[in-house]
Amino acid sequence: MAQIFPRSANALARGSIFLGLFLVLALGAAVFALARSGYVTRQGLILEQPVPFSHDHHVGQIGIDCRYCHTAVEKTAAAGIPPTATCMNCHNQLWTNAAILEPVRASFKDGTPLRWNKVNDLPDFVYFNHSIHVAKGVACVTCHGQVDKMPLMYQAESLQMNWCLDCHKDPVANLRPREEVTNVAWQPPADLPALQRDLAIRYNVKSKTSCSTCHR
Amino acid sequence: MRPETRLAAGGGRAALLAAALAAAALAAGCRQDMHDAPRYKPLAESAFFADGAAARPLPAGTVARGQLREDKLFHTGRTPEGSLAMEVPMPVTRALLTRGRERFDIFCAPCHGALGDGRGMVVQRGYKQPASFHDERLRRAPAGYFFYNITNGFGVMSSYASQIPPEDRWAITAYIRALQLSQRVDASRLTPAERARLDAPPAANAAAAAH
Repeated sequence: MAQIFPRSANALARGSIFLGLFLVLALGAAVFALARSGYVTRQGLILEQPVPFSHDHHVGQIGIDCRYCHTAVEKTAAAGIPPTATCMNCHNQLWTNAAILEPVRASFKDGTPLRWNKVNDLPDFVYFNHSIHVAKGVACVTCHGQVDKMPLMYQAESLQMNWCLDCHKDPVANLRPREEVTNVAWQPPADLPALQRDLAIRYNVKSKTSCSTCHR
Repeated sequence: MRPETRLAAGGGRAALLAAALAAAALAAGCRQDMHDAPRYKPLAESAFFADGAAARPLPAGTVARGQLREDKLFHTGRTPEGSLAMEVPMPVTRALLTRGRERFDIFCAPCHGALGDGRGMVVQRGYKQPASFHDERLRRAPAGYFFYNITNGFGVMSSYASQIPPEDRWAITAYIRALQLSQRVDASRLTPAERARLDAPPAANAAAAAH
């Protein structure tokens, strides 16, 4: 009786083992890469907004402090989006005829808030608090990137848990003096590590990696 | 929000099994129930309230705890008789002035300039130039005048009551006084060390301040 499989079937069988293994690994790598890509994390994604507000213009060129608009950042969990009344502090005189600002004027006139789309959106099971990070000397730009160079706002970092933990394991390297937290152009001194070690002691900065630090 | 993966068929049984498991795991990730919990986040929308906002304004006639504002002078800059407060109603300490400087630089300097001369960046971009704090009229104005106008607005300037709490408005007022003094102080009243700092180039002072 003739053999059912030709001799070459041996090579085919071995090959298929390797191919199967390769496919499993390739799939794993693809899933790994996808989960970390901007497609999933929304890192770098520019969202449609009711008004194309430019941090590049207001922060980078005019030099307005973050806290002029985000007034709650030192006191509460949410930094806060300014009411349109804040926009009108300047735009009651500047660019009063600009069509691009019509939604702002309409909102101010009839009291309907603008519907901004949230750019840095953490999952609801993360209890993030801006005020404690600011009080410990973590700068705005550390997490939000150089917003003074962003004509349109986007999420600068992945905001994934491993990114949070990178800093929570060793926060000292991300510290600066509290007075410089909103300074987008801070020039660190030459002896930065020594300063940061000193700040960590003064501000009582500890590594915080317990689950309940962020999930409660 | 999480994307689905489409997998090409092929490979061994193990690969198929792994693929199915991975696809199931990813599909499970498509549910965002815990990412987007059914609770109101700050400034979120609401389908329940008529105005569409989750944040609620205070009902008329209610007073939040600690917001009674019994101390009229502290909250309005005017005495109960209606005249402007002559002085800042709290001890003017270095801490108060430091706070005042920080808040002035955030909220006032965009128009009034870091020196208080009325030539801030927003003015350079076309906003109506405010009076210099070093004008005779404003140097003579009582402290309550600045507090009152920060609170209620003045001319084209809007009220800053919602952006700056009253204690910071007083801190800013105290700092405006310090700014006014800074432009008028008699050099003979300085100590020799202060005099040396005044004469030193700015870079040296910046280096000294860093220590």
